Amino acid sequence: MSILDFWLPLIVPLISMVVGIIIFFLREEQRLLRTFLNLSGAVVKVILVHLMVLGVYQNRFYEFRLPMFGDVDFVLHADPLSLLFAALSSVLWLVTTIYAIAYLEDSPNRSRFFGFFSFCVSATTGIALAGNLITFIIWYELLTLSTYPLVIHQGSAHALRAGRTYLAYTLFGGALILVAFVWLNSLAGPVAFVERGSLAHIVDQNELQLQLIFFLLVAGLGVKAAMVPFHGWLPSAMVAPAPVSALLHAVAVVKAGAFGLVRVVYDLYGLELCAYLEVMPLLAMLAAVTIIYGSVRALFQDDLKRRLAFSTVSQVSYIALGISILGPIATTGGIVHLVHQGLMKITLFFCAGNYAEKHHIHQVSEMDGIGRKMPWTTLSFSLAAFGMIGVPPMAGFISKWYLGSGFIEVGQPWIVLVLVASSVLNGAYFLPILYRAWFGKAAESDALPISWRFNEIHVGLLWPPLITCLLALLAGLFAGSVASPLFWAEVITTREYGL
Amino acid sequence: MTAHLVITVILVPIGVSILLLFCNEVMRRLVCHMAAVTIFCCACLIAYSTGDSRELVEIALSGWEAPLGIRLYLDGLSALLLLTTAVIAVCITVYADAYFGKKGRRGRLAFFWPLWFLVWAALNALFVSGDAFNLYVTLEIINLAAVAMVALPRSSRSLQAALNYLVIAFLGSLSYLFGVAILYTAHGTLDLQLLAEVAGGDGPFILAAVLIFLGLIIKTALFPLHFWLPPAHASAPTPVSALLSGLVVTASAYMIFRLGFTVFASLMHTQLSLLLGVLGGLAVLWGSLHAFLQERVKMVVAYSTVAQLGYVFLALPVVMVNAELAAMVWYGVLYFVICHASAKAAAFLAAGTLIHVLKHDRIAQLPGAAQKWPMVFMAFGMAGVNLIGLPPSGGFIGKWLMLQAMIGAGQWLLVVILVTGSLLAAGYIFRVLGIALQTTEADLPVVPAPPQLTVMAMVLALLPLLLGVFSQLPFSLLAVGSPFGALP
Repeated sequence: MSILDFWLPLIVPLISMVVGIIIFFLREEQRLLRTFLNLSGAVVKVILVHLMVLGVYQNRFYEFRLPMFGDVDFVLHADPLSLLFAALSSVLWLVTTIYAIAYLEDSPNRSRFFGFFSFCVSATTGIALAGNLITFIIWYELLTLSTYPLVIHQGSAHALRAGRTYLAYTLFGGALILVAFVWLNSLAGPVAFVERGSLAHIVDQNELQLQLIFFLLVAGLGVKAAMVPFHGWLPSAMVAPAPVSALLHAVAVVKAGAFGLVRVVYDLYGLELCAYLEVMPLLAMLAAVTIIYGSVRALFQDDLKRRLAFSTVSQVSYIALGISILGPIATTGGIVHLVHQGLMKITLFFCAGNYAEKHHIHQVSEMDGIGRKMPWTTLSFSLAAFGMIGVPPMAGFISKWYLGSGFIEVGQPWIVLVLVASSVLNGAYFLPILYRAWFGKAAESDALPISWRFNEIHVGLLWPPLITCLLALLAGLFAGSVASPLFWAEVITTREYGL
Repeated sequence: MTAHLVITVILVPIGVSILLLFCNEVMRRLVCHMAAVTIFCCACLIAYSTGDSRELVEIALSGWEAPLGIRLYLDGLSALLLLTTAVIAVCITVYADAYFGKKGRRGRLAFFWPLWFLVWAALNALFVSGDAFNLYVTLEIINLAAVAMVALPRSSRSLQAALNYLVIAFLGSLSYLFGVAILYTAHGTLDLQLLAEVAGGDGPFILAAVLIFLGLIIKTALFPLHFWLPPAHASAPTPVSALLSGLVVTASAYMIFRLGFTVFASLMHTQLSLLLGVLGGLAVLWGSLHAFLQERVKMVVAYSTVAQLGYVFLALPVVMVNAELAAMVWYGVLYFVICHASAKAAAFLAAGTLIHVLKHDRIAQLPGAAQKWPMVFMAFGMAGVNLIGLPPSGGFIGKWLMLQAMIGAGQWLLVVILVTGSLLAAGYIFRVLGIALQTTEADLPVVPAPPQLTVMAMVLALLPLLLGVFSQLPFSLLAVGSPFGALP
């Protein structure tokens, strides 16, 4: 069993990479084989990740180590936090793969698309499992590289411009992280991600340097996490096909940034050091500003995908806000939001993709009466939107509840105001959409009774949002059970705080 | 055993080079491929046995010991360079055979083959020379053969480029030769190890150092003496471009490090390394900017060479500030150079494949090409990943070590230049890729890219990525006989 314990953390990201490489060499018309590879890769990955989840729950230790140069190693290991992210990405990859196969049915360059799509997920799991700085940055940059061809998939001049913006932001962010990591390495030698931090031994005489490095890291990771003022690429990357947007927003890119922040705060610097260096107020401020800014901008977007994009800008910073408070309950809220936001946001993007695919609806103002034509899609959309606003019993309510009680626990009630304001704004930009969709008057469909048969759209496009929406609902309803993301987030918090 | 292999990798290509002059076409192809494989196998064995025994090999030719005789000297660095050269050269051999096609088997272009093996022999000899004059001889052979190869297409552009190249290469050699002559007059030996022991910081020594470095700088095309490189490298036939940009400049960069950290080690702690660093920084910025502005793919790649060679010098000021970090610079730069050699050759081979199918390499007319020949652009992109210095590539590891040395020495300006250079590199690589990925209405020729061409570009592009992941073996090989011991 110990051999498997060694190789498993490598196999998990490698599966999708191998799948991707094979797919590159398939011809366009080998559709069946490609679909088979895609799905079997995704399924195997979900199984293996959950095998590791079970193992870590039983205190098993998974670590892969490959010596590189000098004393630097390539390390992949599984701890509760990495498995939370790996499980999220592997499950959502499976769903998104089904969606993407249906969505791109007859479009050109599918081999290229699915090849890079697999690479992208490989990189995300790699980021999740990375055990030290150099391993993290290897996967992090691979993510940038593999998402670029997805963003520009259409090949139009517009898409290419968006791709350039995306690269400019993310490569710049990557460069900041690289400098920060190399700096840390030259101060402290090879630094691993260890629960409760691994830098405590170099604090003496290096306080200023550590603070500077922290700011570099926040800026660098903030680019992918789309924190103001580094969020500019996200709305323009909306030109990508719907499954890509869904993946980008829910799991891959923005989550990689947010996950990186969690790693840096808890497993690199560690709580005590963060508190000692007094760097957290800045992160909290940045997150608070981003939350409000994103919500306000979302209000004024007519383009549905752009509105969702600004909503992502706002929602992802909940994670940063949660971890920056340095209280166990808020931390739990922030970490669990990593999963909850992913489930809800991917649902919203799937639905937006369905509207565009079936009825060519891209603007909010065109959505009048769409609920009658596409009831199931709109139902998923509505539930996910309610979750975003924080209505119980959706998953979003749980996150916000924990965040709110966490802020009060540590005696920082001003942040509760941010939370309330943001929820009001969430309502202000989501509810009009729902109103239009269900009660808006559309000329021809007015008289139609709602047909609740599952035939509103291709089955491969219909079920993914329903499944993810159901998952978001279950995550909220059964938040107290052992299998819930909340339970897992509490496990992580317990370990990080040594409770 | 290893000693015999070293002699073999020098003598076999020389022999083949002469033999090829008397072969008919069928024989020529057979001899070329067999010789390439033989040399490759020998290089593998040399690398293996050096890494295994972890011992230096010193060969006194015909039993003449230094200071009188000419010594060959093989350490881990030489072995790794022999191996890199062999891999790249085998790929170029296969590529050139398909690229020149029937034209390359008869007539003027057939002269490519003898010249090609002559360069290969000289490169191998250069990497194992333990003697300053021997280095001169091998460098001169490389240059003369390279000039002839640049002139092969005999178009006015290539003749002009070849002539420029010839003049500048001679200036470089001359300067180097003067330096060597001064060293010999002062110390009575040219053996690098003996020189390192006896040579000191007196007047003739410094003059010799300046002349030698000047000569090598010209050949490494350090800013502002880089102007000859892009036209020569870009207008040559593609296999020659790959050879020049991949291997020939690597040889002179190697010499700078070999001489700089043995014979002239004492000067590395002076302002000399600061000057080289400044010029290197300018080269990085200047080369990258110009690469971004070019209109032809091969010119982009050629200017990228100017920029990438800048990194060879960029980290040198660190040695002046903090001698303890010299090991990091040494390992970082050499690893960077080795990976660059492969990536650059791959980029040129990919660009050449484009020329082969499109009959041109104008960037503005590339839209749609990535859809037609995806593997060509895949290879170009993978080579680009290394040129930018993104993980997982050997270029990334090289830059990581350089950065670590720079930060350790507190040289923040160098850090900024290195990062800016990398971002600019991303700019010029993704500019080409972006335009090629664009969809278009225009009709492109429906010629499939010959598999030999694509596969060879792909193999060479893959190599630096493998070196980025499996870096333990090459680093342990580099540590054999390194002036700084193993990397801390």
